[in-house]
Amino acid sequence: MDFVRKWVQVLFFLITNGYWYFPVTRGIYQGPLKVICSPGLNCYSCPAATSYCPIGALQQLMAGIRLALENGQIYVGFYVIGSMGVIGSFVGRMVCGWACPFGLFQELLHKIPSPKFGVWRPLRFIKYVLLLFMVILLPLFAVDAFGFGQTWFCKYICPAGTLQAGLPLIILQPGLRESLGLLFLNKLFILSFFIVWAVFASRPFCRTACPLGAFYALFNKIKLVKLRLDTERCTQCEACHAVCPMGVHFNESPDDMECISCLSCSKACNFNAISLEIGGVPLSNQAPCRPEKAQLEQ
Amino acid sequence: MKKKKKSQPLKVRKAPFVAIFVFLVLGAVGISLGEPSRVLEQAKQICLSCIGIG
Repeated sequence: MDFVRKWVQVLFFLITNGYWYFPVTRGIYQGPLKVICSPGLNCYSCPAATSYCPIGALQQLMAGIRLALENGQIYVGFYVIGSMGVIGSFVGRMVCGWACPFGLFQELLHKIPSPKFGVWRPLRFIKYVLLLFMVILLPLFAVDAFGFGQTWFCKYICPAGTLQAGLPLIILQPGLRESLGLLFLNKLFILSFFIVWAVFASRPFCRTACPLGAFYALFNKIKLVKLRLDTERCTQCEACHAVCPMGVHFNESPDDMECISCLSCSKACNFNAISLEIGGVPLSNQAPCRPEKAQLEQ
Repeated sequence: MKKKKKSQPLKVRKAPFVAIFVFLVLGAVGISLGEPSRVLEQAKQICLSCIGIG
């Protein structure tokens, strides 16, 4: 299943970054597909991006609400939140494990041989603070004299934007290099920090700082497609603890907001206690236990 | 003799369908207000300050 997941990740990377004509145009894709919401964190200023980043679009709308309302336009983010909510209601954070280009990037970095460490669990709350303040409240309320806010998360933090848009654009358009300053250095530092951290720890950005992951996490209890724990089969052997890239103890909290439904735990479970379900209906829960279980039972 | 275990009762969850419906309606309201054109307009432009340049 991990093999399938990798290919799905690559497929989503190629679909959401499918404009390969950018080395010729030296600009970004400007076609109609950009009205479609990218499920994962994928900067729409990336030259190859073919869809919009929900976090970027949401901040832009929040930042421009006052001006829009003054002009009689009720642009308050219904379309963007609706798109994000539909994705979240269907699969929640499964997007992080299967469809996010920056998640794939971190997974590849984590394959570099090195000592591996966990991530201190309370750090996961930072992403909810970032979602609330830097994506919603600050763009909405910290406005300039003209009533226009800033895209705080994109501007000051987003390492995906630096990697996918900032760096490629200064390579493609050398004139932009004159505009680089402390702000870009700050963003380069944040990107470097998460790159190094991802080598030593699994998915540190997803676990601590991704506001999109925080939004999707709100749906983890009610989403349509989710992992199911068969409590009768589970022996509390804790095999699922060691393999989870997000540090979830699945047998203790099957609806954990950190779960990205990558199925690593399902693969590691010798008792077939973990399976996918759609709307409460298990997809494959009838498989017999693996030989190890038989040995244990004897 | 092995005990026959009871299987978990099959129960279709309604919450995801309600959530999907609510957000579909929200999206449809956004479409009726013309938000997609605003999103498209923003997504077509390179926001340099948004990516830390300038």
